Formats: sequence, C-alpha cells, structure tokens
Amino acid sequence: MSLRRDYSVIAGWIQPGSRVLDLGCGDGTLFKLLADTRQATGYGIEIDDDKIPLCIANGVNVLQRDLEGGLRDFDDQSFDCVILSQTLQAMRHTELVLDEMLRIGREAIVTFPNFGYWHVRMQLLMGRMPVSDDLPYQWYDTPNVHLFTIADFDALCEKKGYRVISRQVLAGDKPVTALANIRGSLAMYRLTR
Amino acid sequence: MSEYSHSPSVGIVAPQTARFSEPLALRSGAFLADYELVYETYGTLNADRSNAILICHALNASHHVAGTYADDPDNVGWWDNMVGPGKPVDTNRFFVVGVNNLGSCFGSSGPLSINPATGKAWGADFPLVTVEDWVDAQARLADRLGIAKFCAVMGGSLGGMQALCWSIRYPSRVAHALVIAAAPNLSAQNIAFNEVARQAILSDPQFSDGHFSEKGEKPRLGLRVARMIGHITYISDEQMAEKFGRQLREGLKFSFAPEFQIESYLRYQGDKFAEYYDANTYLRVTKALDYFDPAAEHGGSLAKALSPATAKFLVVSFTTDWRFAPERSREIVKALIDNRRDVSYAEIAAPNGHDAFLLEDPRYLATVRAYLKKAYP
Repeated sequence: MSLRRDYSVIAGWIQPGSRVLDLGCGDGTLFKLLADTRQATGYGIEIDDDKIPLCIANGVNVLQRDLEGGLRDFDDQSFDCVILSQTLQAMRHTELVLDEMLRIGREAIVTFPNFGYWHVRMQLLMGRMPVSDDLPYQWYDTPNVHLFTIADFDALCEKKGYRVISRQVLAGDKPVTALANIRGSLAMYRLTR
Repeated sequence: MSEYSHSPSVGIVAPQTARFSEPLALRSGAFLADYELVYETYGTLNADRSNAILICHALNASHHVAGTYADDPDNVGWWDNMVGPGKPVDTNRFFVVGVNNLGSCFGSSGPLSINPATGKAWGADFPLVTVEDWVDAQARLADRLGIAKFCAVMGGSLGGMQALCWSIRYPSRVAHALVIAAAPNLSAQNIAFNEVARQAILSDPQFSDGHFSEKGEKPRLGLRVARMIGHITYISDEQMAEKFGRQLREGLKFSFAPEFQIESYLRYQGDKFAEYYDANTYLRVTKALDYFDPAAEHGGSLAKALSPATAKFLVVSFTTDWRFAPERSREIVKALIDNRRDVSYAEIAAPNGHDAFLLEDPRYLATVRAYLKKAYP
C-alpha cells in the first residue's frame, strides 16, 4: 500500500480552495497532495505520536487526538469536506464517526477495503481470514474491527439518509463499474446529507 | 538517553544588560520610569533579521536558557536540551534571545534592584507586573536588538502564556508561536495553589511586609513551603509514586523528622529554592499567572481574544500534566481553529507531569525540531 490508490480519486473530488479535515491523516501525504494540487486548507487529525513530526515536516496542520470522541471541538458545517481514508473499518463507533463527519463537513469522503471482493470471498471459502493488499493484516494483529462490503455500506447510507454524490470502485488500479461488490477491492464514496 | 544528550552545548555564554529610560506603563496603572532587562543571545542574527527566536521563561527560570558561564561551569541553562547547536532550537540556524522578566530576582529590574527614586532596593515597593507588561518590555528589547519580527516566540508553562500574549498583542511581530504546557488562564484550583504558596510567604514572620532585606532577614520558611507546594503540582502522581513511592529513609521514627523519601525530597527542593529565590518576586510571578486571562476582556471568548493573532501555532501538552492539563491546551487549539488559524497540536504521552516540558522526550523534541525546520527551512 505504498501508493494509496484512493488519493488521486479523493483529490479529484476536492474543489479548489476547499477547507478540509482529514481524519487519520497519517504522515500527512494526502493532505499535502490536496494542499499542493487543490489549494486545500484545514487540518489533519492523527493519534500516533510518531506521525506528528512527519505531518509537520509535510507542512500539514496536524492535531493529535482520538477520532472517537475527539471531533466535538469542530463546529457544525465548518468544513467543506471531511475525509476518512481507509480507516472506517478500524473505528469502534461507525455510525457516530459518520454522523460527526457530516455534521462538521458539508461533504464526507469515505474510502474502505471491500470485504465483498471476490478474492476475499475465495479466501473465506478456503476457510481462512482474507489477507490482501487492501487488508494486509493477519486476523490476530489487525486493527480492523468492522469489516464490511460495498452492499453493507450502501445499506447503511440508505438507513442513515446519507446521499451518495459519487462513488468509485477500484480493482487494483482499474475502475470497476459492473458487479462492483464482487470485482472491486477498494471503494470510495463522496457523501452528503 | 536520547540522541540530543550527545549534541554539543552552546558553550560559554555571558548575560548582557539593556537599560531603558522611556517609562513603561504597567497594566496595574503604575509606571516604571526606567528599568533594565538582562538577556542572553546565542547564534547569529542573519542579514535580513528573520531568524530570531525569543524564549520566554516560566516561574523560577531566567534569561539563562542555554550554555554555561565561564566562572560557573555547573550553571547550565534551563532549556539546554532544547536550545543549542543541532538541537531543536538550532543555534547554528537561529538567533536565540533569552530575557529575564521584570520583577524577577535574576538581574532584570525587580524587588532586588535599586529604586532610582529612593536609592534603596525596591523590595515590597516594586509594582505588580503582568504577562502583558513582560511582553511589552520584551518588545522594547526586540526594538533595541533590531528585531522587527520574530521567526518564533516560544515558552513552556508561564513562558507559553507569554508566547500566546505576544501573538495577540504584537501580531505583526510574531511569525510562529510555540505554546507549550500552557493554559489560556488559571483555573480556580491553580489560583488556589498559588494563594497557599503566597500565604506561606506572607505569614512568615521574617517576611516583614516585604521589607525583610532592610532588616537583613529572609522569609526562608515561607519560600520553602511555597516551593514544596509548587513542586507537588509540577510532577504527576504516577511519577511521584515511581520515584519515591512509600520509600523510607531509615525506617519509621515516630517523629516529625523526614521519614519518607518524598518528604526529604520536598525539603531539599524547598531549602534550595529558599536560598536562591526572592520572596517578593515569588509573590509577583504567581500574581502574574493568576491575572493572565486574555479572554476576560472579550466576554470570556478566547476565540475573540485570539482573533488578532496571525502567527502560525504549535501547541504542545503532556498527558500527565495536571497543573495545565491537555484540556487547557485544547481550549487554545479550539480558539485557533475557530479563527481558522494554522495550528498543529501535539499531546505527548509523557509520564512526568508539568515538568515534562523541560525534559528530554524524543517525541516532544522531534515535534519542536520538525516545526522549526519547516518554519525556517
């Protein structure tokens, strides 16, 4: 996962000059890309001590805090877009995080590994927990607590009343349209209320 | 030990004195007709004067930020692990200014210096000074040094409050503010601890309403208790437990002599402090802490108070700091976010309580290093 395939799609969804909040921003690579190519401003949020100096070195305004419970300080609709890139599956309170994203941001971008991907299904059929580029962990060391499929996420959006502005699904580096929940390994959603 | 321990120190340094004869209007309404500021500088001011960093000190520190003195080689600056060649505040790249605040007892005009009006030491008559007054005086020193704008103003604890104050009071003169282990104001509990410390001094019979030096006395007992109280708030419960626990010196004696190691430690710290610190200064510095509250004149809104600030900020707190807990730093961060300011915030999981801002935590030092590298590549 050295090259995060979702980043260029996310950058394409960010309007120039947007005010952006990137949840779980890591070393700030995505935010730097958005600042450099879309003139985005705003903040990254990261919990890991070691990542804070890396974000700062990347010129990213980083705030060290926990995503779960750490978003209360942000006012309603104070950002154009709130991004959660390949992190939702590691969140304990999925609905709360998504609600908070759309409270704070006019739009939310969520990307996640699709647990419905055929390769994942095959590994399960063979009786083992799946390991892949998008799910690189063993069952015993994974930070992921809520794995889900594209169909699952669609159902949640429906239930919560989130409107999907755009969706892009990738298999490897290639976009997938038909049978996305089987053929797609990585899903990207652009949501609003 | 971290990598920084092996970095060289800035070496032998020497304090300088700047004398100011233009009266300084204090927040209390009083004036200081003329005054002196003692300061140290390390590194070289560049041609366009854009690489200056002002270091503001906390309660009991001074202008002696880094290095040692030729005639006192054991007297190492209080932030020597932060400031020096190759250190996070790299004196190979920055021109660093450490300044002793007004009202202090380490050289700048204060209770120990001579009141020109009377020819005698100010003692109890030295006016009460505030963070704003300190910052105003520091700004005049900056004028004197030819520094129109600091690359950064930084400090920990009360020093962080000065950095915050600079960003509000002189927005065009601060490019970056580093506010470490600070708070936007003191809580009732903070003020309560300060008041107990002050009462210890004020009720010492040798305090003599602050005129003790004329009598050749010193309220050592009061200062000692004041320092003990302060010291308890500087370290975390867990660190005190780890360092001292319930360890005894030589078993129980059933007396009031120091039996537990923590008692002996506090007495040692108190005794040491009572020798080198001035009681009138302690009273004034704790009052300056109590009075600091930039939001007060904005209906309690820190966001409004910070709206003039244009600096970029690094705010750092330490998880076990219960004197100025991370929540207090987050208030500052929130107010900056509300103003859409550039701010980074690190909440370092250090075990050392408030004192952590003076210690060598590699994550903390790496954060400051990265920030200043980006601020002045």
